Parts: sequence; C-alpha cells; structure tokens
Amino acid sequence: MSTTVTPKQPTTAEPASAAGPAAASATFPAAAASAPAAPGAPAASRGQVDISTVRKSFGATEVLKGVSLSVPPGGVTVIVGPSGSGKSTLLRTINHLEKVDGGYITIDGRLVGYQVRGTKLHELREKDILQQRTDIGMVFQNFNLFPHLTALENVAEAPLVALRPGDPRRRTTAEVRARALELLDRVSLKDRADAYPRQLSGGQQQRVAIARALALDPKILLFDEPTSALDPELVNEVLDVIRELATSGTTLIIVTHEMGFARDVADTVVFMDQGQIVESGTPQDIFTNPREERTRSFFSKVIEPAFNI
Amino acid sequence: MSTITAPAVPAADYSDYTLVPARHPWRWVGTVVVALGVAAVAWSLATNPRWEWGVVAQWFTAQSVVSGLVETLKLTAISGVLGFVLGFILALMRLSASPLLVSVSWTFSWIFRSTPLLVQMLLWYNLGYLYEKISLGIPFTDVRFFEVQTTTLISQFAAAVLGLTLNQAAYSAEIIRGGILSVDQGQLEAAAALGIPAWRRSTRIVLPQAMRAILPNAFNEIIGLVKGTSIVYVLAYSELFYTVQVIYNRTQQVLPLLLVATLWYVVITSVLSVFQYYIERHYAKGALRTLPLTPLQKARKFFATHAVTNARSPR
Repeated sequence: MSTTVTPKQPTTAEPASAAGPAAASATFPAAAASAPAAPGAPAASRGQVDISTVRKSFGATEVLKGVSLSVPPGGVTVIVGPSGSGKSTLLRTINHLEKVDGGYITIDGRLVGYQVRGTKLHELREKDILQQRTDIGMVFQNFNLFPHLTALENVAEAPLVALRPGDPRRRTTAEVRARALELLDRVSLKDRADAYPRQLSGGQQQRVAIARALALDPKILLFDEPTSALDPELVNEVLDVIRELATSGTTLIIVTHEMGFARDVADTVVFMDQGQIVESGTPQDIFTNPREERTRSFFSKVIEPAFNI
Repeated sequence: MSTITAPAVPAADYSDYTLVPARHPWRWVGTVVVALGVAAVAWSLATNPRWEWGVVAQWFTAQSVVSGLVETLKLTAISGVLGFVLGFILALMRLSASPLLVSVSWTFSWIFRSTPLLVQMLLWYNLGYLYEKISLGIPFTDVRFFEVQTTTLISQFAAAVLGLTLNQAAYSAEIIRGGILSVDQGQLEAAAALGIPAWRRSTRIVLPQAMRAILPNAFNEIIGLVKGTSIVYVLAYSELFYTVQVIYNRTQQVLPLLLVATLWYVVITSVLSVFQYYIERHYAKGALRTLPLTPLQKARKFFATHAVTNARSPR
C-alpha cells in the first residue's frame, strides 16, 4: 500500500456522500452494503473495486448475468475461465470501456461512469468518464501501443494531456519525460526509449504498454490477457514485470490463461463460466480443492498433469 | 528404399567449378525492342518540325501564360484547401452517431459525385438567374441583415472556387472517411482507457495513422484538381488553359500552345509528386521498421561508397 496518497478531490457527486447515507441506503441498499469504504474516508483506501450484479448483453447473447465481485485495495485478483465466459467483458466494464446494461461498479465507493441524480443513475459526460479512467490503467492483449509514437512518447502521452488543471499528478513536460524514462527503466527498456513499437519484440511492446498504463499512477491496473499474443519464450519477461507490480500495493485485476502465474501471484482467483462467477477463493482453494464440478473439469483440461502436483 | 541402398556412385566434388547465373536472352530482346521504341518517339519529337518547339519556347514563359499559370495555382490551392476542410467535416458527419448528419453528408456526396462538374460550374455561374438576390436574415420572417445582387457576389472566380470546392469536398470526404476507418479500433480504446481527451485522440492518435491511407488518394485528387481547373474555361476565366486557347485562336499555333499548357501541368504534377514522396515518408514513421532512403540519401551513399572503393583501388 502506498502511504503517501493525497485525497483526491471528488469532481462529481459520490453516491454515498452526495445523496447522504440514509438516502443512499434507501435507494441502493446493495450499494451501502457492498461498499464498506464509502462511509469511512475514501482517502484511506486506494483501489477498492466493487462490482454489483452487473449485466451485459451483446445482441441476444447475455455475456454477464448479474456478476458481483469485491476486490480489496492492493490485492491481486486473477480471473480465469474458458473463452467466451465473459472475463474480458467484465474487466472492460470496470473502466467503462463497456457500458453495463444493469448493476453498477464502484471504485473506492465512487460510481464508475454514472452519477446519482434523484433515484436514477445518469451516465457521466465523456469528459468525466475520461477523468475517472486516469485512475485505472489498462493493458491489452494486443498491446495497442500507438505505432507512430516512440516508446517514450507512448508513455508520456497521457500524463501530458489527460490530467485536468489542478490535478496533483500534473507535471511539467520535462518531469513527465523523466518519469517516463524511469518507468521504461522499471520494465528494463530504458535503452529502447526512442524505438517505435514495430521495432520492438512482442514482449518488449507489452512491457512498454505496462509502463504506459503506470504513467498516470493509477489506483487500479487491469490486464486483459496480457501474454496471450506473445511467443512462449517472451511470456515470462512480461509476467516478471507484473509479478513485481503485485508487490507495489496497486490493485491488480488480471484476466489470464497462465495458470502457474495465477497460482503464484493471486490473492484471489475467480473462476468464471457462461457469464457468471462459479466460485472464487485463494489459489489453494480454487486450484487444489475446487468446490464446483465445473471448476474441477475446467482445470483438469487446462493444467497439465505433470504441473499439477 | 533405393535411396538408401545406392552408395555405389561416389559423390562428385564440384568445389573448383565457377558459378554461372542463368541467362535471360528474351529479357535482352525485350529491352532492345523497347529501347528502339523510346528512341523513335524521342527522335520524332525532336525532329518533326510541326511540333514547333521554337514557338513552345517563345510562349512558355510569356507573361500572359505565366499569369494564367498563377490563376491555375490559385484556384488549385484555394479549392484544394477548402475542399479538404469541408471534406473532413463531411467525413466526421458521416461517421457520427446522428442519423441526420449521416444522411446529409451522404446526400451531399451523392449529388456532387453524380453530376458533371461542367454542369455544376455553369449552375453556380448562373445562380443569379435562379436567385436574383442573396440575403442573410432570419428564416421565415422579413428580417434581413444583409442583401446583395447574386450576380455581383458570384464572379467568375467565385463560381469557379465554389464549383471546384464543393465537388472536391464530396470526393475528399470519402477518402478521409476511408482513412479514419482504416485505423485499428484498439487505438481508440487504448487512448480512451488512458483518459486522452476526444480532440487530442483524433488529432494525435487517429489522424496521423489515417494519413497513411489518406495521402496517396489525396494526392491523386490534388493532381486531378490541378488539371481539373482547366474546366473553368467554360466561365471564360483566364487560367492557364483558357489563356492558351485565347492565344492560339489568335495565332493559329494550336498544337505548340497546347504543348505549353501541357508542359506546365507536367511541371506542377512533378513538384507535387516530390512533395507527396516526402510527406508520405513523414507519416511512415513507426509504420516501417526502417525508413527507406530518400533518393538524395541513396545518391550520397552511392558516391560515398564508390569514393571509398576508388580511393582504395589503386593500392
């Protein structure tokens, strides 16, 4: 846990404080119950994520069927499950890249993408959503680095343009540059700062993408299958960087197929199937003593017997 | 199994032989034929007196021709810039979520792409016949802030610019839209996830990448526009082509004077092609692992390496 967190000035109404605890609990009993951080000082917690009965459909297919999940600040949560189970969609709802059809998500007690007005949740304006996203870093399966910008420019872009005047994270151009180099150093790519993404290997590109996600000093980092597009021999260099982040106190939520890695770093493993959370628990619980038959059959297919001692 | 049981013949040793590349006799025949053809064309251009190169040279830099040239460049520049600006707006409208904006943009492109430019040009020039006065006021009331005779507002120049601009906008809208669509959706997602504001997202992330797809087509359009301006002769506007026509109607030296205009168009197009090369190279940054050398760099490298070998060879 970082101890030098400055309390962020809320720019939009927080559900609990704006409507008052009484009103909030009257309208949203679940919100008060599942957001224990809200009544206390939000400054104390950093990166508590509460997902409450989130539903999402694409056309006729319901990909999230009322998913609820609570992620403690500073924890490492790994979401596993077969493809099409809704893992990535769930992850993308956390920074409002995917709009929910029902339910809601709070970060440190504050609604993501919406604000309370009367008895309704109104979607925020794009500007405010963008501002919320500066607290949530995201790393994509296909890296999505900006190909026409160098590694350094990729990392420095958001801190230069995404923060509002008055944001305590605002820095001068020179400071942003220095910090970007520092971050590239942290992922062992300082010497490639002036390289364009296409001049880097897949593993290097993903490490730059991680540095880019860290550049705004986010409370939460989302990883959407960060090693799935990599050659096997490049997977570990990326996992090592994530492993190092796991001890930094930032909340990490990782969707991955790397079961060995999940067992190593996760505080909580969540198993999803067909748009629902089947079960969640410590890696020990989930990998060795799964309660559900569905979990057991999934792991028997994906974990090699030799590995599963 | 026979391949394994056939070690009877000892492997031959070819290490002392010289390698000879395959010969391509027909490639040589083709080269000779084409070379003869090129020589014949060049010879006829140089020796046929009816080309009247002397007349071409005399008129090439004549003051009237040069001022016609300036008008052509002016029309190209103004309608090119305005056309692409309007085209950009139309492209954004077409990509917007509002059905009204989408259909207005679509209809604009539909109309201006389906009517001949010549007709559009004459229509704009004769706008005074359709609408005697043009006024600015509050619609559906009698309030007028400003009113003017259409014929004084729509000069030949204004009609030419209007016609070329609107026509150009219809085409460039599609080119720009295509460029924007060619940018991977993941780029927008990554930018949105980082909280990069919408305007910055368009100008810094999407457009520079879209430019790779836009530029070759855009230069096609600009080069087309340079020559397209010659259509303005129907308005008796004295750009390059009209000027040349006026001269040959007087002197009866039709072909040499058309050649003068043609040569100028070739010069403009050539200059634009050089610009195109360097602008495309600029936007190729990051798209290629290493940028190819420019012709200038190639030449320098050629002389540098050859200078080195020459310096070493006497030894």
